[in-house]
Amino acid sequence: MELVLALAIGGLVGSGVWLLLRPRTYQLVIGLSLISYGVNLFIFSMGRLRTGSPPLLGSDKVAEAAAFADPIPQALVLTAIVIGFATTALFLVVLLAARGLTGSDHVDGREPR
Amino acid sequence: MMGWSDHLLIAPIILPLVTGALLLLLDERRHALKALINVASTLLLAAIAIRLLTMAGETGVAASRVYLLGNWPAPFGIVLVLDRLSALMLVLTSMLALAALVFSLARWHRSGPHFHTLFQLLLMGLNGAFLTGDLFNLFVFFEVLLAASYGLILHSSGPFRVRAGMHYIAVNLAGAALFLVGVSLVYGASGTLNMADLAARIPELGATDRTLLEGGAAILGVAFLIKAGMWPLGLWLPNAYTAAAAPVAAIFAILSKVGIYVILRLSIVLFGADAGASASFGSSWLLAGGLATIAFGAIGVLASQAMGRLAGFYVLVSSGTLLTAIGMENAGVTAGALYYMVSSTLAISAFFLLIELVERAQDPAANVLAVTMEAYGDDLDEEEQEEEVGVAVPATLAVLGVCFASCAILLAGMPPLSGFIGKFALLAAAIQPADASPAMRVATWTFFSLVIFSGLSAMLAMMRAGIRTFWAPVEGVVPRVLVMEIAPVAFLLLLCLALTVQAGAAMRYMEATALSLHQPSAYLHDVLSAAPVPGVKAGGH
Repeated sequence: MELVLALAIGGLVGSGVWLLLRPRTYQLVIGLSLISYGVNLFIFSMGRLRTGSPPLLGSDKVAEAAAFADPIPQALVLTAIVIGFATTALFLVVLLAARGLTGSDHVDGREPR
Repeated sequence: MMGWSDHLLIAPIILPLVTGALLLLLDERRHALKALINVASTLLLAAIAIRLLTMAGETGVAASRVYLLGNWPAPFGIVLVLDRLSALMLVLTSMLALAALVFSLARWHRSGPHFHTLFQLLLMGLNGAFLTGDLFNLFVFFEVLLAASYGLILHSSGPFRVRAGMHYIAVNLAGAALFLVGVSLVYGASGTLNMADLAARIPELGATDRTLLEGGAAILGVAFLIKAGMWPLGLWLPNAYTAAAAPVAAIFAILSKVGIYVILRLSIVLFGADAGASASFGSSWLLAGGLATIAFGAIGVLASQAMGRLAGFYVLVSSGTLLTAIGMENAGVTAGALYYMVSSTLAISAFFLLIELVERAQDPAANVLAVTMEAYGDDLDEEEQEEEVGVAVPATLAVLGVCFASCAILLAGMPPLSGFIGKFALLAAAIQPADASPAMRVATWTFFSLVIFSGLSAMLAMMRAGIRTFWAPVEGVVPRVLVMEIAPVAFLLLLCLALTVQAGAAMRYMEATALSLHQPSAYLHDVLSAAPVPGVKAGGH
């Protein structure tokens, strides 16, 4: 499971960085989205990978903390998803404004000569 | 029970949030009412910040006040911490905010929607970032201030602003991703996000966890250095600051200092002398990167034709000087750096405001020729000149000239103003230690010469710009400048003057701040031993 997750995060962030370095604004926004997906998975994995263990302590089983998943990274990833979603939406608006004002979807606002 | 003064600690976050939300409800056409509410709120914020500064100054040298959000004790809940450094940053922020806001009321605040709301939310993010004692909470406040700054940099639109704003947003979104990776690595290695708890755990970490934590801290550091504009991470900065409208650029002068603040705080609390095997992690990088930034910024200052770019590059010089000072890890240098930071931030902010007034007189066509097309594009007809109401300044050119000369003296660090005192304190403390290693001595002398060189380059560039603006025009067009517009510039410059006259008192405060920063054990003790308010159930349910 660790290997699959690591490959997935690496694939997402790798493609994201490659797209981030491309000249078109659409590639930029997709690249940033992919990076934020990869980062969200990464935050999640920092709580250690466990299957079938609940993140909430029941009142009867407080004794064995090892049987539970760490809830904090799950809370963090939720915050990160919300913030990432909002900033991506905002960036899309800027992108459309730039497209309208400069008439080009190049990140510098004009085609390279 | 807690008194009102204990709750004052959260007021710098609550007040702008409530004001910003309130302003959102008002119709966009009611400029006067919105402006009135915004000014009242910012004035109140400044009063609160000054009260907090005196509160932080009253307590012993190394004491901080702690506010437990939700009444959970420190490592479990999020804490706000007020010490001398955060109080100083709060006051600096509110002073810049006052000046920028009053300046914007002359005409800028009407040139785009929701200026006042975004302005207040920016203040909320800034104050929160300065007060919080929790790494993830810091991320949230960073995002609040960045989201507001995205809106503000696009304020009053135009192709140049949108293009520069797009670069700014892309760079900062990538930086936010790095921030998250760093925070989660730190959490994965240490199991805590509270800065004080983290500092207590670092000396006891095993070898594997230590490697992970240092990696996480390095990635986190890159995210802050992007904000602070360290070379080569700060290439976006001059363009973005030049593009922003004048009052926005003036308040942005503090944005790069947020990065500096966090790096100063974290590098001393987490990787200070008590950190065991991780002690002084990253300081050599800060030192080298800071020196490179000063060099790059100074060359940029010399090379820039337009005054806006000059100011943008000077932000880099200021950042580089501060980063190098942090990398030296010496309480005396830190004290000088804090004084320099306050003085240079005020001066840069005043200069950003002044540029707009001075350039109003110039022929836009001549400007486009002088400036690289890359920087200005072809969008100078941004606002139609509407009939302005208000009192115009008599003897405009003389007033502008005096302000310009003061800015030049402050930025170049010439006597008699506070820029000189800041640089002098910094350099005098930097060459003090006689037992320095040879490598450190080389770094110190490089720092010394680079600071002098950056001052010289600022002087040359300012002189050239001043001659071109004030002396060269044959048929001089005198710009129409309102009292309301020159007053904020004068206010910021007078603050610098007060800092000069009261240099003894100011330096004593900075020295106490630096001393308490360099004894993080007191900070740790204050945060971790803060007791919840009795009788109130934690979590409030």
